[in-house]
Amino acid sequence: MIDVHNLVVQYGQTKILNNLNMQVKRNESCAIIGPSGCGKTTLLYQLAGLRKPNEGKIIINGTTLTDIRDKTGVILQNYGLLPWKTVWDNAGLGLKLRGFSKNHRDNVVKMILTELNVYQQRRQYPTQLSGGQQQRIAIARAISIEPDILLMDEPFSALDAITRESLQDLMIKLYHQKQLTIVLITHNIEEAVFLGEKIIIMHPSNGTIKKIIDNPHFGDKAFRNTTDFHKLCVEVRSEMAGRPS
Amino acid sequence: MIIRYLKQFKTIYASLFVLIIWYILHLIIKSNIIPNPFQTILVFIQLLQDDLLIHLAVSLTRIVFSIIIAVFCGGTIGLYLGMHEKYDLFFGPVIYLLFPLPKIAFLPVFMILFGLGNTSKIVLITTIIFFQILVTTRDSTKGLSREIFYSISSLGANKWQIYKHVVIPAALPKLFTALRISIGTSISVLFFAENYATTYGIGYFIMDSWTRVDYVEMFAGIIAISLLGLFIFKIIDYAERYFCKWALLEKKDSALF
Ligand SMILES: Nc1ncnc2c1ncn2[C@@H]1O[C@H](COP(=O)(O)OP(=O)(O)OP(=O)(O)O)[C@@H](O)[C@H]1O
Ligand SMILES: [Mg+2]
Repeated sequence: MIDVHNLVVQYGQTKILNNLNMQVKRNESCAIIGPSGCGKTTLLYQLAGLRKPNEGKIIINGTTLTDIRDKTGVILQNYGLLPWKTVWDNAGLGLKLRGFSKNHRDNVVKMILTELNVYQQRRQYPTQLSGGQQQRIAIARAISIEPDILLMDEPFSALDAITRESLQDLMIKLYHQKQLTIVLITHNIEEAVFLGEKIIIMHPSNGTIKKIIDNPHFGDKAFRNTTDFHKLCVEVRSEMAGRPS
Repeated sequence: MIIRYLKQFKTIYASLFVLIIWYILHLIIKSNIIPNPFQTILVFIQLLQDDLLIHLAVSLTRIVFSIIIAVFCGGTIGLYLGMHEKYDLFFGPVIYLLFPLPKIAFLPVFMILFGLGNTSKIVLITTIIFFQILVTTRDSTKGLSREIFYSISSLGANKWQIYKHVVIPAALPKLFTALRISIGTSISVLFFAENYATTYGIGYFIMDSWTRVDYVEMFAGIIAISLLGLFIFKIIDYAERYFCKWALLEKKDSALF
């Protein structure tokens, strides 16, 4: 579904991504992990079609990506919600910009806000919400357009552990329910292991992928409490530290 | 408790405060240059039924026209320059040079170019508000982060939608602040400009009373011009509360008034 070919992205003379190749299959959940500054956000901007690569290309469903894509939902690192719009307007913005009728928008937004348990807050502004609620709205907005691909850049990193886990569970549910293809960027090892069917570890400095680990246990909420989960965390951690496991 | 009361009736409380100080000054100075406030208020009410209302209306119209033109032109240019760095590189230094100039010094030039009537006065006030609005909207737009543009683009927004949903709403709170700052200056400048080539306007009214040595009427005029300023400020407050509810929510947490 997503096919990244020899991607090169540079700021000035520095190559942030250098001949990066990766594939994500349809309805696969792919977690990308790596230390701060290794180029994760840069890669996500590329996958979202927000910036053009210097070399190489990204092919999605057989067509080369040149612009943003109607069926890609995006949740960015910090600036998800617009502070001057209510929860309701924020959640419906993706649909509005894509030209859906008010009627359709109202129905979808109501359904999704209810589903994500934030319908009560619909008249409030983002600053009046907790971090977890804000992220729910960002998720609501991203899935309101019925995306086939969902790109997320450290969506839960600012949250406390309990809230984060409940939102991770929510993602598993949405993944099954909506048949999503997910690319999730994180610097949290547990999150990568829990939400990654395929875990991509980026090289800390040279702009390539260091290692890809498949995770056959993905998709079960109970996985978090198993020894397999902890083993996999250990494996990812030692890969990131550069030691063989 | 007391604070909540003060907040609710803050205009009334402030007016009472000023009246008391005024009355005390009147008692101490004992000269007719500071008339009795209560007598002045009575005269003010009488004059309203006469021609003071017309003078007020003329001044208000001049200011409102200036605000509309300045917000429209200054806002448009400011947002555009904020979004297009290469034009700002070119025009920025020019604006930097013109912004601090005392525009009132150009009144003679404006009167020659635009005639002695309303136009030159409106042009003068428009220029004052225009630069303030232009500079604040431009700077607010320049301050928006790259991420917020990525965020709205990723939702599929085109250029106009980016202005509508991000750039304009982000600039609005600062635009209202800029308006408040420039309105004060505008009223004083209007007061000055209305001394030339006009027989209408609150500035004319005050200076005319002064030359007639009618201090009570002069002070009634001062009350009128103060109320004019207060009225415009209140309108701006209401507009801000309507358009920028979100920004006031953020402020409320940090400030009492
Ligand atoms: N606009 C920019 N101009 C120049 N360099 C940039 C720019 N944006 C990012 N970089 C550089 O690119 C590199 C990768 O940045 P990126 O934001 O992709 O990192 P990241 O992996 O997402 O890090 P984090 O985990 O901290 O979010 C960094 O070294 C950064 O300094
Ligand atoms: Mg990042």
